[in-house]
Amino acid sequence: MATPENNSIRYLNPPTVEVHKKKYCRFKKAGIKYVDYKDPEFLKKFLNEQGKILPRRITGTSLKFQRKVSQAVKRARSLALLPYVTDLLK
Amino acid sequence: MLKQYETVFIATPVLSDAQMKEAVAKYTKLITDNGGEIVYEEDWGLKQLAYPIQHKTSGFYYLIEFKANPDFVNTLEIQYKRDERIIRFLTVALDKDAVAYAEHRREVRAAKKNAPAAEAPAAESKVDAEIEEEVEENKED
Repeated sequence: MATPENNSIRYLNPPTVEVHKKKYCRFKKAGIKYVDYKDPEFLKKFLNEQGKILPRRITGTSLKFQRKVSQAVKRARSLALLPYVTDLLK
Repeated sequence: MLKQYETVFIATPVLSDAQMKEAVAKYTKLITDNGGEIVYEEDWGLKQLAYPIQHKTSGFYYLIEFKANPDFVNTLEIQYKRDERIIRFLTVALDKDAVAYAEHRREVRAAKKNAPAAEAPAAESKVDAEIEEEVEENKED
């Protein structure tokens, strides 16, 4: 092992560099313009296990489509396609 | 100026098929009588509700897409409220993206509907071909 002497810090293991994966808005990427409230299976991607709407910082959805998603989820809830409160949705 | 709308209603699961058809006919007639036009209808059938409504755990879903005057939506919703068979309803105005999506959805569903139907004649023709072959064999005998 030939380590350069001027390198004062030596690592036993190579330091783990976090690879930051850029989040993206799936609607913009796929070119979807309208979020359908009649498709509960699709909307479930934006809900947590309790049926709450996930924040943008987790899903990466842009603000424009987050508003549409939230509107669609609320419509689906009122039509009993999605529950208002639940446990173990997925 | 007619605007495009979409309405979904949930009817009680106690209705018979004939009663359900009557309810649907009532609303389609209401739309056409008030100067609207039906664009598309879709029967989702009996579905499980995500939570109980009026102590019922299932209901008949029915979707109607229609064009009508904006004033008409109010009369439609009043009719829904007065109707004991309807346990839940939702009427939504469709913007241009929604109209495009609805058309695309219709096409996809029609294609899906036709796909098994298209396979069936193909299968039949296969059977026919087999039969013809058999017939020809018989002829040779």
